[in-house]
Amino acid sequence: MLFTSYSFIAFLALLFTVYYLVPRRFQWMLLLFASYLFYFIAGPTYVIYIFVTTLSTYLVSVKLESLNKAQSAYLAEHKDMSREEKKEYKASVKSKQRKWLAACLLFNFGILAVVKYTNFAIANINAVIGAFGGGTQLSFLKLALPLGISFYTFQTMGYIIDVYRGKHPAERNFFKLALFVSFFPQLIQGPISRFSDLAQTLYKEHSFDSRNISFGIQRILWGYFKKVVLADRILVAVNTLIKNPDTYQGAYVLIGMLFYAYQLYADFTGGIDITIGIAQVLGIEVKENFHRPYFSKNIVEYWRRWHITMGTWFRDYLFYPLSVSKPMLNISKHSRRLFGEALGKRIPVYLSTFIVWFATGIWHGASWNFIVWGLMNCVVILISQELKPFYDWFHSRFNVAGKLYFKVFQIVRTVLLMSSIRMFDCYRDVPMTFRMFGTIFTRFSFKPFFDGSLLKLGLDLSDYIVLLAGLIVLTIVSVSQARGSVRRQLEKKPVLVRYAAYYALILSILVLGAYGVGYDSSQFIYNQF
Amino acid sequence: MKKRKLIINITAVCLLIISLLLLQRLLMPKYVSAIVEGSLIEEYYQETTGHDVIFVGDCEVYESFSPITLWENYGITSYIRGSAQQLIWQSYYLLEETLQYEKPEVVVFNVLAMKYDKPQKEEYNRLTLDGMRLSPIKIKAIQASMTEKENLIDYIFPILRYHSRWDELTAEDFQYMFKKKKLFHNGYYMRVDVRPVTTVPEGRKLANYRFGDNAYYYLDKMVDLCRDNDIDLVLVKAPSLYPYWYDEWEAQIEEYAAKHDLLYINFLELIDEIGIDFNTDTYDGGLHMNLSGAEKLSVYLGKVLAENYGLKDHRNDDVYKEVWEEKVDFYYDMKAQQYYELEKYGYLKSFGAKPPTS
Repeated sequence: MLFTSYSFIAFLALLFTVYYLVPRRFQWMLLLFASYLFYFIAGPTYVIYIFVTTLSTYLVSVKLESLNKAQSAYLAEHKDMSREEKKEYKASVKSKQRKWLAACLLFNFGILAVVKYTNFAIANINAVIGAFGGGTQLSFLKLALPLGISFYTFQTMGYIIDVYRGKHPAERNFFKLALFVSFFPQLIQGPISRFSDLAQTLYKEHSFDSRNISFGIQRILWGYFKKVVLADRILVAVNTLIKNPDTYQGAYVLIGMLFYAYQLYADFTGGIDITIGIAQVLGIEVKENFHRPYFSKNIVEYWRRWHITMGTWFRDYLFYPLSVSKPMLNISKHSRRLFGEALGKRIPVYLSTFIVWFATGIWHGASWNFIVWGLMNCVVILISQELKPFYDWFHSRFNVAGKLYFKVFQIVRTVLLMSSIRMFDCYRDVPMTFRMFGTIFTRFSFKPFFDGSLLKLGLDLSDYIVLLAGLIVLTIVSVSQARGSVRRQLEKKPVLVRYAAYYALILSILVLGAYGVGYDSSQFIYNQF
Repeated sequence: MKKRKLIINITAVCLLIISLLLLQRLLMPKYVSAIVEGSLIEEYYQETTGHDVIFVGDCEVYESFSPITLWENYGITSYIRGSAQQLIWQSYYLLEETLQYEKPEVVVFNVLAMKYDKPQKEEYNRLTLDGMRLSPIKIKAIQASMTEKENLIDYIFPILRYHSRWDELTAEDFQYMFKKKKLFHNGYYMRVDVRPVTTVPEGRKLANYRFGDNAYYYLDKMVDLCRDNDIDLVLVKAPSLYPYWYDEWEAQIEEYAAKHDLLYINFLELIDEIGIDFNTDTYDGGLHMNLSGAEKLSVYLGKVLAENYGLKDHRNDDVYKEVWEEKVDFYYDMKAQQYYELEKYGYLKSFGAKPPTS
């Protein structure tokens, strides 16, 4: 059931109605039922995977907590223990907890690894065998890749780590935990929520709040506008450009790169708008996943504003623990000794950053393209960090910091940089991506911009007008967001202005949307990760 | 304050619904100067008097029989609820719908549609179904006709199907937004142009000649529907030279007609008797009859209907007379207009025909 399908819209309409009709204490149960129904429709066998992840996480989280409780009880009973004895006892409990946690992480990341990466591993093994002249090739496995498995696995593992760290108690009600794991709007493309952020709002009783519902619906419509009017429209040209690399080189690669940046932004942020909007109609607050990312002035800032919940997940559950892990501290010690204080202390940071970006890359997809994409981000971030003293000098020497034109330059530079790295999403393999990128410089020509070639990519003049108008609207909205919620700003406008905006939004989705017969319904790009 | 807010919201919703309905009307294809066949089905609802004979079927009915000729020669009132590639379940539901409005004496069904057992093309579905008034029967017709990629809701709210026409709108879309000009003669699509038969293609071999179960299911339903309503069902095969009509198909229809005691007329076997001349009586090389061919067939069929089913001659009936005189005038006006265009442009420029070179 695609978010853009009629059946999903009917599903939502029915759910919203029933949600506010049932006694409030049953609302969360209805959501659980709706979430599992949604997932069941996506693929009946997928339900087994999400159930197994939920059950294993539930059992381990309860075990972790019971160990905590047993520890407290034991310590209360044995107040006469010495500090050393207490420390030793706590360490033994922690060790048990760590084993349980490791088992849970291994089991669930293991499921993710098996279903998502087995064939990638086989392909690489076959390539190695082939390179050494071996004739035998391993067969690929037919494995179902459950929808949104990367998202719900990360969300659930974040939960269990937080229980282990004592950030919040384990959820004792299995069904409530099942809802946290399976909450359908965010199941397939995030955001990757934290239990501490989502749980209370998810299980709370929600009364009918017309303002909140109106805001939620506006957010949903805005998401659909981005997805069906803009992303699915430009998709045709993006596919034409990237699926015909022999034909479209030079300037076309640049065009494809920028079109893909447009598509991905409209697609992913549109999907998240729909998710957050649905949650809002249900009275549930879901964390924002974007903060005007295309206004970032450098790549580090960009990653703080794009897919925020994924970035913070990797930061909190991988980067920080890795940086303070024993092996990393040892590496730090050795590297300082070998390379001196200045370089030595940076090596563990580089290494942790490298591992995090490798993981980020492979989380996005089982291919070298994504791994190289992640590592390219890593390289650019590290170079930026290394060049910081130079940037600081440049800014003060030429007095450009804070100047509008320089800000614009920085924004454009960041967008171009991110867009060019994203080309690894597009082309078949890594060498081809580099080759195609190279043609921007070796075969560039302004001709395609003026000789009508742009009208042969599957878009006609009216499509370009819609896309340009869409770009202007997106920019205006993004600029307005700097002053706070656009919906709140709109709320204060006169009735006529307000309703004109709502009408424009609804009618543009209905009329200009790239949906229905003649258009291929497309999944959200992040559904595939 | 609350009351004011409520009034504003209700007004806004009403305005939105009105805007959507207007937009829908604007965006739907008008089928007036091109693909005029798309207007065939909806013209029926303008009828003010009942009919003795109702035709259902594909292009072979709306191109082969002229209700005006039936009227002029026998005083038979008739209407053709035909449409392009009308599938048998569409014919059945159109007939069922027609019976909600009137009760004819005879129903004529052209059997070529028996060759299709499954939904075919969305484009053709649209030409038949969009023109039907929304009703439970239309919903059933849609459900029976939809191809895999189609959605029922796209038919109920056609704006969802035709929204992408926003950049193709022409003056015609605005001009005929609320009212369309009449294009047909009780469902007959007039064409006076001539394109003689040059070659008659041979039918290619089929793996299976048996009509499908679904086609038979709807034919049975049509027989039952007519029987339940005390209507005589006549099966016909128009004399189109192609699509090819196989002997095996003919045998099945003959057997079916005999089994159910139905009259079956295969006009392909009556070409000489009726005097069809494929040099002058077809406008597209034998695929469809032109006006001359249709009038000849209608004279023959009218005689059969009048003799076999005792249809009353309504020519002296004042109620019908007035209505049909108007129809006859329109018929001859269009005929004259078509000959004029044929002479002036070499083709029927404003009647949905394409220039001879294309």
